[in-house]
Amino acid sequence: MITGIPFEILFAIGFVILAPFIGAFIVGIDRKVTARMQGRVGPPVLQPLYDIFKLFEKEKVVVTNEVNFYILSHLIFVVFTGALFFSGGDILLVIFALTLAHVFLILGAYAAVSPYSHVGAGRELLQLMAVEPMLIIAAAGFYMVTESFAVKDIVLSPGLPVMTIPLIFVGIVFVLTIKLRKSPFDLATSHHAHQELVKGLTTEFAGPTLGMVEIAHLYETVFLLGIVWLFFASASMPWIGVLAVIIVYFLEILVDNTTTRVRWQVMLRSAWLVALVAGAVNLGVLALM
Amino acid sequence: MELWVLLIFLILFPALVALLFGILPNSRLRDTIVVLVSAIIIAASLCLFVLFAGAGKVYVDINGDMISQIMIGLEVIISAGLLYLAAKYRQYIIAGLVVVQLGVVIYAESLMQGTEALNNLFIDPFSIIMAMIIGIIGSLICIYSVGYMRDYHAHHPEMPDKRRWFFALLFVFLAAMFGVVFSNNLFWLFFFWEVTTLCSFLLIGYAWDEESRKNAFWALLLNLVGGLGFAFTFIYVGMIDPSGNLIMMDTLLAAGPAIAMIPAALIGFAGLTKAAQMPFSSWLVGAMIAPTPVSALLHSSTMVKAGVYVIIRFAPIYDASMVGYIISLVGGVTFLLASGIAISQSNAKKVLAYSTVANLGLVIACAGIGSYAAVWAAILLVVFHAIAKSLLFLSVGTVEHKIGSRDIEDMKGLIGRLPIMGLMMIIGIAGMFLAPFGMLISKWAALLSFIEAQYGFVLVILLAFGSAVTVFFWTKWLGKLIEVAWKPERMEVKISNFEFSALVPLAVLMVAVCIGFPLLSTYLVVPYVFAIYGLSATLGQANMIIMVMMVFMVLVMPLSLFYFRKNRKIVAHYVGGRPATQDMHFKGSIGVQRPVALGNYYLTDYFGEQRLSHIGNGLCIIFIAMIAIVLILGVGI
Repeated sequence: MITGIPFEILFAIGFVILAPFIGAFIVGIDRKVTARMQGRVGPPVLQPLYDIFKLFEKEKVVVTNEVNFYILSHLIFVVFTGALFFSGGDILLVIFALTLAHVFLILGAYAAVSPYSHVGAGRELLQLMAVEPMLIIAAAGFYMVTESFAVKDIVLSPGLPVMTIPLIFVGIVFVLTIKLRKSPFDLATSHHAHQELVKGLTTEFAGPTLGMVEIAHLYETVFLLGIVWLFFASASMPWIGVLAVIIVYFLEILVDNTTTRVRWQVMLRSAWLVALVAGAVNLGVLALM
Repeated sequence: MELWVLLIFLILFPALVALLFGILPNSRLRDTIVVLVSAIIIAASLCLFVLFAGAGKVYVDINGDMISQIMIGLEVIISAGLLYLAAKYRQYIIAGLVVVQLGVVIYAESLMQGTEALNNLFIDPFSIIMAMIIGIIGSLICIYSVGYMRDYHAHHPEMPDKRRWFFALLFVFLAAMFGVVFSNNLFWLFFFWEVTTLCSFLLIGYAWDEESRKNAFWALLLNLVGGLGFAFTFIYVGMIDPSGNLIMMDTLLAAGPAIAMIPAALIGFAGLTKAAQMPFSSWLVGAMIAPTPVSALLHSSTMVKAGVYVIIRFAPIYDASMVGYIISLVGGVTFLLASGIAISQSNAKKVLAYSTVANLGLVIACAGIGSYAAVWAAILLVVFHAIAKSLLFLSVGTVEHKIGSRDIEDMKGLIGRLPIMGLMMIIGIAGMFLAPFGMLISKWAALLSFIEAQYGFVLVILLAFGSAVTVFFWTKWLGKLIEVAWKPERMEVKISNFEFSALVPLAVLMVAVCIGFPLLSTYLVVPYVFAIYGLSATLGQANMIIMVMMVFMVLVMPLSLFYFRKNRKIVAHYVGGRPATQDMHFKGSIGVQRPVALGNYYLTDYFGEQRLSHIGNGLCIIFIAMIAIVLILGVGI
C-alpha cells in the first residue's frame, strides 16, 4: 500500500511539478477537439504552454501593483488546494482552500478598479456562490460513504463512491461546467470571443499577471478532474476513474460548444436547484438507510 | 487569590463603578477613570484565566439567602421603573408582560420555601472563556466609547448629552454579563439576564428620539417574551421538586433529559429571543439605531452571547432529542436566511447585524444537536465571532465618523484613503469567513457533527448554502475596500487614542486567536467538552498543521508587494476604448470628462429583506410551535 507521510509529500510534490503539464495537455486536447467540432484544424496540442511562455516574455504592464499580489496569492492557493487534495488531505479543507484561492482572484479583479474587471469580479463571485453548496454537499456525501473526510481514506475505502452517491456525482459534473469556465456558465471570463464582455474578470491582467492566472487554471483543471476521479476511486482499478474523467471532460467540451452563455439568474438558480435536489435526495436516502 | 473574591469582584466592581459614573461630569477625569476601570476588569479576567483555567469546575459556596432577597427587591424596583415607562409611552403589552413575569417569579419563589441554596456561583472552562470575552472585549469597547462618544455628540449637537448615564449603563451591562456566566443558581442567572435586557433597552434608546424609542421598546418587548419563558422554568421546577435543588443548574443538567427537557426547552426559547433568532431577529437589527459601541457590545461580548451561552449550557440535554433537533433547525434556517438578507444590504451596520444573527444561528444549530463535536464547534464559533464582530463594529463606527457614511458603497478604496482603518476592517472580515481564519475551523466541526446526527443532512444542506451566501456578501465588501483608484488622497483625519487603543488590541487578538486556536481548544474547550461527554472533537493534528500553515501563508503573502512594486509600467484602465485617465475618469460624449462609477450586486429580487424575513419568521414560528407540541405530547424526550 502506498500510504504514509513520505508518500503524501511525494504526491504533493508530484502534483506541483506535473500538474501544469498535464493541465496544458488537457487544455490543448480540448482546443483541438473544440476546433474539430467547429470544422477547424486547431492549434498544436502544446499551444497552451507556448501561450503561457510568451506571456512571461511580455512587458510587465499593470493598472495597480496590488493586483499582482492578489493574483500570485490566487495561484499559490490553487496549487496548495491541489497539493492538499493529491496528498490525500482533508477534502473539506481542500474546498475551503479553493474558496480562498478564488476570493483572491476576485479581489485581484476588484483591485484593478476597471468597469469590465469589476463586472467580471461580481460574476465570478456569483459563480463561487453557485458552486459552493454542491462542493460542501459532496464532501458530506463522501463522509457518509466512507466515514472520513480524508481523500486518502476515500480512495482506500472498498467500492466505488459513485455507486452510493450517484446524484451528487451528477451535481458535481453540473457545477464542473461553472468551475472549468465552460459555456453556458462562463460568465466571469470566457474563451469564446463572441460572447465575451471584453475579457471579463481578466480584462486588466496582462503579461506575467495573466500568465499566473492561466497557470492557476491549469492546476485547477487537474484538481477538478481529480475530484471527478475520486467518485470512481478504487485502489484496485484506477483506470475506471481515468475513463470516467475522459468521458466527463468530453461531455464538458460538447456542452461548451453547443450552448451559449446564460444570464446569471439562470446559472445561480439551476446550480442551486441541482445542489438542493442532489443533496437532499442523495444525502436523505443515505441518512434514512 | 480566593476564587470567590475574584468572582464577586468581577460582578460587583463594574456595578459599583457604574454608580460613580452616574455622578461624575464629562471631564478628562471621567475618561481616565473609564480607561483605568476597564484595565482593571481586563486584568481581573486575565487573572481568573491564569489562576483557574486548569482547575476544572469549581463551586463557590456563598450563603445566598440575603443576596436572593436583595435580587428580588431589585427586580421589584426595576419592574416598577419599567411599568412607569411603559405607562408613559403607552406600551401596554410591555406593562402586562412585566407584571406577569414578576408574578410568576414571586409565585415560583413561594413554591420553593425550603430552599437551602449553596454553590450559587461556579466557574468551569466555558465560564472562563465567556468571562474573558466579556472582560477583555467588553472593556475594550468601553475604552473605545470614550473617544467615540465625544465625536458622537460633536456630530449630533441637538442631542442631550447623557454620557454619564451611558458609561454607567455600559459597566452595569458588563457586571450583569459576568453574573450570567458565573451563576449556578438559575434564579440568580435570571436576575442578571433581566438586567441585561434592561441595559440593552436603555442603551438602544440612548438618543430617546421617536425612532430609537420605538426600537428600544421593541427590543424590550421581545426580550420580555423570552424572559417570561425563562420564568416559567421556575414554576415547573418548583412543582416537580419543592426542595429547590433543581434550581441549581448543575443538578438540573445532571438530572438528565427526562426531567430537564422542559426547563431546557423554556430556557432555550428565552435564549432564542435573546440571541435574536428568527422570528425575533428584528430587535437586534433595530438596535443598530444606538451609538456604534452599543451595537458592538450587544453583538460581540454581551446580550446575544448570553442567549447562546444558556443554549450551549443546556446542549447536553438537547443531545439526540427531537426538541434539540428543532432548535437546530431554527438556528440553521436563521443562518441561511439572515446571511441571504445580508447580501441585499448596503448599510454596513445592517450587514453586520444580519451576519451576527446568522452566526448565532450556526452556534445554535450546533448547540441544538448537542453532540460533543457540535458543542466544541459552537464554543469556538462564539469566541471567533466575538472578536471579529467587535473589531468590525468599532471600525465601522470610526470610519462612519471620518467619511460621513456607513454605506459600504461609500467605503470604496478605503485601504487607500484610511489605510489603518481599512486594514482593521479587512482583518475583521477575513476573521468572519475566510479560510484559514477562525470560522472555518468551526464550520469543519459543525459539518462533522451535523452529518453524524440523525436527520442531520437537512442541517448539512442549510450550512452548505449558508456558507456560500456568506462568502458572497463578505467578499463583495472586501472588494469595495480594496478598490483603490490611482493614487488615492490620504484623508487627513485624527483618530482618537481611545479608539486606537481598542482597535489595535482587537486586531492583534484576532490574528493571535487564528494562530493560537489549537491552544485555546486544548486548554479550555476540550476540557469542558470532555468533562461532559467523556470525549471531545479535535481537528486532528495534521489538519491543525495545515490550517496554521495557511494562516502563515496569508500573512506572508503581502511581502510579495515589495517585489511587485519594481519595474512595472502603470497604465490607465480599459474603458471601452475611450481615452481614460488613471484616476478613473474617461472621455464621454461631447468631450466631457466623466468619472467611472462602480457598484456591487445586491440581488434584491432574490435576497430582499422583506421576502426572506417573511419566509424565515414563518418557518421559525412553525418550528417553535412544533417544540411546544412535542413537549405537550411528551414525545422525543
